[in-house]
Amino acid sequence: MNTNPYKPYIATVEDTWFETLGDRCIKTFKVVLDDEELRYNWSHLPGQCAIIGVLGIGESMISISCSPTEGKFLRFSVMRTGKVTKALHELEKGDKMTVRGPYGNNFPVDEWKGKNIITIGGGIGQAPLRPIIEYVKANRDDYGSLNIIYGARTSADLCFKREFEDMGSSGDVSCNLSIDIKEEEWPHYVGFVPSLLMDVNPSPENAIAITCGPPVMINFVLQNLKKLNFADKQIYTTLENRMKCGFGKCGRCNAGNLYVCKDGPVFCYETLKSVPEAFA
Amino acid sequence: MKINKDKLADFIAAISEQTVYAPQKRGEALVFAPVAKGSNVNLAAANTTIPPKSVVFPQTETLLRFELGKTDLEAPVQEGKAVMLGVRPCDARAMVIVDNVFSWDVDDPYYLQKRADLTLVGLACLEPCVNCFCSSVGGGPASKEGLDVLMTDLGDGYLLEVLTEKGQTLCQSAEGLLEESVKEDKDAAEKLHAAAVNKITRQAPDTGPIPAGLPRLWEDPLWAEVSESCLGCGICTYLCPTCHCFDIQDESEGCDSRRCRTWDSCMFPEYTLHASGHNPRPTRRERTRNRINHKYSYFVDKFNVIACVGCGRCINLCPVNIDILNILSKVGEAL
Repeated sequence: MNTNPYKPYIATVEDTWFETLGDRCIKTFKVVLDDEELRYNWSHLPGQCAIIGVLGIGESMISISCSPTEGKFLRFSVMRTGKVTKALHELEKGDKMTVRGPYGNNFPVDEWKGKNIITIGGGIGQAPLRPIIEYVKANRDDYGSLNIIYGARTSADLCFKREFEDMGSSGDVSCNLSIDIKEEEWPHYVGFVPSLLMDVNPSPENAIAITCGPPVMINFVLQNLKKLNFADKQIYTTLENRMKCGFGKCGRCNAGNLYVCKDGPVFCYETLKSVPEAFA
Repeated sequence: MKINKDKLADFIAAISEQTVYAPQKRGEALVFAPVAKGSNVNLAAANTTIPPKSVVFPQTETLLRFELGKTDLEAPVQEGKAVMLGVRPCDARAMVIVDNVFSWDVDDPYYLQKRADLTLVGLACLEPCVNCFCSSVGGGPASKEGLDVLMTDLGDGYLLEVLTEKGQTLCQSAEGLLEESVKEDKDAAEKLHAAAVNKITRQAPDTGPIPAGLPRLWEDPLWAEVSESCLGCGICTYLCPTCHCFDIQDESEGCDSRRCRTWDSCMFPEYTLHASGHNPRPTRRERTRNRINHKYSYFVDKFNVIACVGCGRCINLCPVNIDILNILSKVGEAL
């Protein structure tokens, strides 16, 4: 057995912090692979996922929430919802976790060169969008404008809030935040993400729209993108499904005849619109 | 070549450097289990309750061992060469079908090593069961696909048809026990094979249009109808020779821990349940629809073969008599 795809790498948590608090809080982990050669050889692109875990507890498929342009580390933003994510949340700086991957396809970053990029995220759905934002920022000359549309239930539920507030809107980068419920001293939009999208009113000309969030949000975002005259092939999303192996064996992550772990998680709406289970 | 039935125990002894599996009674079930040295086997009974996939894809299999709190991960050593005696042609075909999954793009070392170490000695089905329908899904009671040796029961003995190098090697190690077969033996076997085909009473509808047609029936009322009585017990998938879905779980006893995979079933709600509580396949309607689509459409898309060999287990053992052939006829009618 020379290569065992089930055998994970060991990684150390270099830093960790909470993005949001509460019952289903989100914690971000910055981790480095212990083996220097592996760390050096690791390569991923925005959109890809990894299976991370705690030995003795289990593993979960989590999107990689950093761009390779940020450095030789990995970032994962994890919502505490089940057994594995609860154990992950107990990890602190210096603790070990397991990592295997990267899995799945990536956003076609080369194909998108020269285009205006619009990301439309909701809640934890911003985690897989963060790497494309960082990637475009790091390769600024290769892309047109960058338009970030992101919302959550309350201001306390926004991930990467400080990053976006620091980024602000300047030149051809604009950052549009929203919350569902009105709060005092909230300077930005109040309303659901699909309405924020209509309010921002991005032009479909030479543009790519990428959306990720809860299924109900994605459905309305898709409808609104159509209203804004975006063609199906200009719209991308990343799907998630329960996964175990990460490479097309364990069977469960299919949406119709597509495996999210192999054929996805990144899909163009042009492909997805004919897949009956895609938005189930 | 042929072997007298009296010599079967000697044959097993001669090849017992390898683990020899044969059908054996375990409680009410007939299963493939290692044959104790020196004992005889009875291959005459019907097909096993649990398909032979359990030898290459065990119901629970350790992937990694480790000590809690440490990070050294060890994959268990594989058990080595094995022979399965009396594998039915449908089940051997099923293994060939499942090989596609475990060697697709990323090799699964656990499964593929066991497959490489395994020699399959098949037994032609001369008395097909009441729910067998192998001959209408690409197989047959004397199909050779996936087998290394095919045996046919000629009464006093078995005719052995060596099909691969592995089969050749196996027979060589028991050379003194085998006799040359004569033309009459082969003619007799062929007659028996042809008679067996005629004894198969059930048939799948024409599968030609099904793979491409199934997705069109996504919202058809037939899915609610055929899943209405389903209990969601998962027996149809656990006992299916082509079902290969698994779960991966960690378990610990004190500090001794292992990561293992276990058979899982698309008929269980947890199979697709998201961490958020959302389930893309919330009821047995969606789960049954996926099971049939996976076998008869998605699998064909990817690997160009239907993931059903017509063994009839899911019909025989369903506690509420759900019949995959009825589902397929409804599909056929709706198309």
